[in-house]
Amino acid sequence: MNIKTLAMMSLLLLSQNAMAEIVVGFAQVGSESGWRTNFSNDMREEAKRRGITLKFADSQQQQANQIRAVRTFIAMRVDAIVIAPVVETGWTPILRQAQRSDIPVIILDRNIRADEDLYLTRIASDFVEEGVKAAQWLVENEQDECRVVELQGTVGSTAAIDRGTGFNRVIDKHDNITIVRSQTAEFTRNRGKEVMESFLRAEDPNSICALWAHNDEMALGAIQAIKESGLAPGEDIKVISVDGIPDYFLAMANGLANVTVELDPHLGAPTYDVIQRYLKGDTDIPKLIRTTGDVYTQATAAEEYQKRSQ
Amino acid sequence: MNTETSHSFAERLLKSRYIWPLAALLLMLIFNLLLDASFLDIHFDNGRFYGNPIDILHRSAPVALLAIGMTVVIATGGIDLSVGAVMAIAGAVCANLLVATDVSLFTVLVAGIASGLLCGLINGALVSYMGIQPIIATLLLMVTGRGIAQLLNDGQIVTFQHAGFSWLGSGTLLGIPVTIWLVLLVFIISQLMLRRTALGLFVEAVGCNSSASRYLGINDRTVKLMAYLLTGFCAALAGIISAADINGSDANNVGLWLELDAILAVVLGGAALSGGRFSIPLSLLGVLIIQTLNTTIMVSGMPSKLNLLIKALAVVLVLLLQSDIFRKQISGLAGKWRHS
Repeated sequence: MNIKTLAMMSLLLLSQNAMAEIVVGFAQVGSESGWRTNFSNDMREEAKRRGITLKFADSQQQQANQIRAVRTFIAMRVDAIVIAPVVETGWTPILRQAQRSDIPVIILDRNIRADEDLYLTRIASDFVEEGVKAAQWLVENEQDECRVVELQGTVGSTAAIDRGTGFNRVIDKHDNITIVRSQTAEFTRNRGKEVMESFLRAEDPNSICALWAHNDEMALGAIQAIKESGLAPGEDIKVISVDGIPDYFLAMANGLANVTVELDPHLGAPTYDVIQRYLKGDTDIPKLIRTTGDVYTQATAAEEYQKRSQ
Repeated sequence: MNTETSHSFAERLLKSRYIWPLAALLLMLIFNLLLDASFLDIHFDNGRFYGNPIDILHRSAPVALLAIGMTVVIATGGIDLSVGAVMAIAGAVCANLLVATDVSLFTVLVAGIASGLLCGLINGALVSYMGIQPIIATLLLMVTGRGIAQLLNDGQIVTFQHAGFSWLGSGTLLGIPVTIWLVLLVFIISQLMLRRTALGLFVEAVGCNSSASRYLGINDRTVKLMAYLLTGFCAALAGIISAADINGSDANNVGLWLELDAILAVVLGGAALSGGRFSIPLSLLGVLIIQTLNTTIMVSGMPSKLNLLIKALAVVLVLLLQSDIFRKQISGLAGKWRHS
């Protein structure tokens, strides 16, 4: 008998002790970013709050590990399986296996390419809505003529396309706001700074009223570029972004940035809601559930930073 | 320098090698001036120079440093794919030291450079003493190096506040960005070492024929090892200025694919990937072509989705310009058309 089966057996015994309560297996991607860590913690805390036993598997960015974890969950006869997939493809066989064992599967965050019947539902952030919320803040705070420069995410990524679409949808209805420059900075801080520098050369820096970045990392790079050009980010050029990472809250607390729409890491509550509904016999569950985070401004930035940087 | 060498330099400039990369760069600048007449304007403000030409030089610094090392490695008949990953390692080493400890800036820089030299040593040892193909030997570190950097950073972006360290990436000296001075310094030192001593000759000899040069008494293994140490050093320096630029070490993204830009710069400078004859000034000209192209794309306001396509087309054009066969065919076609 090898270690793996031994581990599986002991887990099986453990789970049998807790027959009465709900047991959920969760195959997480890993811990590659601060956002991911928050997401994992939220899943754990929300489970504890509801008295659900959560079996957590850190897959270290590898689909093979995720599939192995799911297979173990099936052997353990958990009540539900949650997967935050690393990649989109290759899920059909393991999802079939779960279905044969009558275990519902919920997909979180990233999408998968598989038959919709194979999983219960997918819960993910609404990127379009994030763009809309970011634009609404600008619309509410800027009545005058406003020339916006845009730092796009990686070309072709869902987050970049949808955030851009949402933002444009709102500002199209407001003639005073126009995007004058738009270029990709690939979601990274280095490129954000470099591209912002080029914007500041190509346009008259004093004529730019706001920066709209598809994520906080690019915005943080751009803030440095604005500072180095002698302007005040957050005042001369308003900074609008999405994600809500701790560094950005610090920048907002220091008055260098104005607003961010949080990429919602609180996926625990909607996930367990769905599971509990399903286990009670409710089958009327939509195949896609969208969540969006809140809008954060300088007003609460300092205290949010305290909360998030612990 | 006597008049004879300067005369032959002028002749060389007109006859070959420099003329086509220079022509490509000029063409690109003219194109930019047509789009925006103030493209080459430089103005002095707040004690430093601003303008597109300064930006191009400043932004090309990491690739320029990589290209200096890459030129020498390619001249020995090798290649170093790991430079981007080494940048990430050096950045991570420095960032973690700056955050966690209270050591002096000097120690931080020494540690950063030492990490790069260690990587160079590993590459060099694998290639010259273990006889592993350079592309495979350095591929190992290209993949694992980024992993090591991520491990050092615990998967996060490590940010720091250190005025002295940041100065290396975004500070100025005499109104010019420090990064440009650093590139100049490394360029001058490497050029003096390679052209004012026999080292350059050794490098070319090893690149042309490794075993023949061994029979001549050149220690080909040491020459190769030195070349990889140089790329390690240059990559570490590039990693340091990239980290200093954003006050943080982003192990996932810093230097990503820059090894390819560095190799492209060497090729645009007219060097053969098979080794032998090399020229660092020409490689730097290649770097300027790449960065001017990047800046052109950024300031021209073209849609982002066309970026890679435009870059590829421009690179193909520059390479065709440099091809003797292509130029002959074009002039042949033109001649035929005139006769008919």
